[in-house]
Amino acid sequence: MKTIGLKSLHFTLTAAAALLCLAGPVHASDKVKVGMLSTLSGPGAGLGIDIRDGFNLALKHAGGKFGGLPVEVIVADDQAKPDAARQTADRLVKQEKVDFMTGVVFSNVMLAVGKPIFDSKTFYISANAGPSQYAGAQCNPYFFNVAWQNDNLHEAVGKTVQDKGFKKVALLAPNYPAGKDALAGFKRYFKGQIASEAYTPLSQLDYGAELSKMRASGADAVYIFLPGGLGINFIKQFVGAGLSKDMTLFGPGFSADEDVIRAVGEPMLGMFNSSQWAHDMQNPVNKRFVADFQKDYGRLPTLYASQGYDAARLMDAAVRDVKGKLDDKTALRKAIAAAKFESVRGAFKFNTNGYPIQDYYLRVITKDAQGRITNRTLSTVFKDHADAYVGECKMPAL
Amino acid sequence: MTGILVLEQSLNGLQFGLMLFLLAAGLTLVFGIMDMINLAHGSIYMIGAYLIASMALASGSFWLGLALGIAATAAIGALLELTVLRRLYQRDHLSQVLGTFAILLMSNEVVRMVWGSQPIALNPPAALAGPVALLPGFSYPAYRLFIIAVGLAAAGLLYLMVTRTRLGMQVRAGASNREMALAMGVDVRRLFTLVFAMGAGLCALAGGMLGPLLAVQVGMGESILILAFVVIVIGGIGSIRGALLGALLVGVVDTAGRTLIPYVFERIMGPDLAANAGPAVAAILIYVLMAAVLFFKPQGLFPAHG
Repeated sequence: MKTIGLKSLHFTLTAAAALLCLAGPVHASDKVKVGMLSTLSGPGAGLGIDIRDGFNLALKHAGGKFGGLPVEVIVADDQAKPDAARQTADRLVKQEKVDFMTGVVFSNVMLAVGKPIFDSKTFYISANAGPSQYAGAQCNPYFFNVAWQNDNLHEAVGKTVQDKGFKKVALLAPNYPAGKDALAGFKRYFKGQIASEAYTPLSQLDYGAELSKMRASGADAVYIFLPGGLGINFIKQFVGAGLSKDMTLFGPGFSADEDVIRAVGEPMLGMFNSSQWAHDMQNPVNKRFVADFQKDYGRLPTLYASQGYDAARLMDAAVRDVKGKLDDKTALRKAIAAAKFESVRGAFKFNTNGYPIQDYYLRVITKDAQGRITNRTLSTVFKDHADAYVGECKMPAL
Repeated sequence: MTGILVLEQSLNGLQFGLMLFLLAAGLTLVFGIMDMINLAHGSIYMIGAYLIASMALASGSFWLGLALGIAATAAIGALLELTVLRRLYQRDHLSQVLGTFAILLMSNEVVRMVWGSQPIALNPPAALAGPVALLPGFSYPAYRLFIIAVGLAAAGLLYLMVTRTRLGMQVRAGASNREMALAMGVDVRRLFTLVFAMGAGLCALAGGMLGPLLAVQVGMGESILILAFVVIVIGGIGSIRGALLGALLVGVVDTAGRTLIPYVFERIMGPDLAANAGPAVAAILIYVLMAAVLFFKPQGLFPAHG
């Protein structure tokens, strides 16, 4: 009886693994088709939803058209699963024949969907995931990242922690490509002692064991790269364990933006974090974006929303530049690379590997004039900062 | 410093193990007494967590939400047993697996329709949100201590119920020899419904306790269901005592592995390789434990069937 039980369990687990992906299509022509493949369920859902909403807001601001052509956005959930995402990406580029792909949040998903998208000669405009692989040795002419390279925000905090004079830092990141990039970026600029370094599964939400190790390590600062729901849980548990009294918590903007602040609240006050964008930036494009985002969605935008917004604006500018001739890949690539759009973060341009050259800022979480707990921009950490991998990129021909 | 680390990790392991026990207890009874593989057990845990979270948010009181949520989930469990599962007892295991797997898929979609696919954040009650100083220089989260207390109390009550009450006697009789229990006049139908409702209530309790530590989200039941199966296989199917021991073993080994293995690997192979290999090996440790237990004791540690 027991053997049958176990066999059945195995069978079920295999069946369960096989039975976990589907979504629904529509199609038309003479328009710009965008495949928005993003994480819309699970602990990372907040990120994907903000990218989608930011993208849709930019589309609305552009009158529902990119370069004068009507736009159809096909939204699909990648469930943060590389295998499910790959199947959906295949469908989007082969059956739907989309002109652009965007939306992927997590780098492990990005690395899984990259090949079918590039092979189909579809341009991918990343509104988040910026793996080091695509910045360096595996750089591709069909890949552009309008957000950052994964290491960048972490480099900015590494420099900040170094400048503030902390000596012993405990590091924690999820065990996936962007987690590795994150801590590599932090360590590129932090020269002090690494008291402990831990990688947890991307699905892990209970950090009891890691918090104990941090306490035992005697670190004076903690650096975490835990996006979305992971960061929410970690910070709550960090405060609950009483560690916030002994150690200063630092994070990238991903662990300290509106989504995390909304869920955690007061304990976040005083946390330093880095970003390429902030809602208090005073350029007119950003003011309109922040005001309208709040009006339409009833919440402050996160950096993810700003990236989704910029991805749409970049597509709009590129389609206008090539006068709607989306099949002329060489011209389209040139138009994207020129980045002739006004970004919500101000100055923005692409490097030769399709990743941004831009400024990075230090922010701190405080109460603003209206008593809201939110980020305030403090200073510029890097000016016109490029990523560390661009030298390894030998860009292949289209 | 290391003394505190060991103490803190033992408490973490105990806390995780006790929560696994709440899940495994219901699963092992259903498996042991009714000879039924219930893959929907994880879904009941998920539904319980959702009900508790939304009732706690609606009422503004964690405690009220917890009580109402557990009662509602037990009722849902009983209803599920009366309407669907009852028809599956006589079938072979494959039909049971397919039937309950269908329930699992349907519950996921129903939960997605009702609550949406974004996780719900459930906060611990304010009184338990902070740390408690256990030793000088060592504070532990009050909420985790509370989980340990609840887990121990639930385990104690279950033990008393199984060993000291008439219902418990029938449960034990059903687990060790179902036909004989039937022949002795045990009202099996009523017993099954009761056991199932109780298992569902325990699931909801675990869901409500873990909600503030994890996230209340669609699919939360599947990953923990696999662990619960590991626990009952280690402990011996049908045995509450085995479930408790198996759960504690899995909890402690998993927590210790996450600390020790990366540490040891770092000494042996340097930080770069260890960063890759450590977490991977730590993640499979409990399955290695299960394989080892099954190798030496194929029936599990405390088999209920003579």
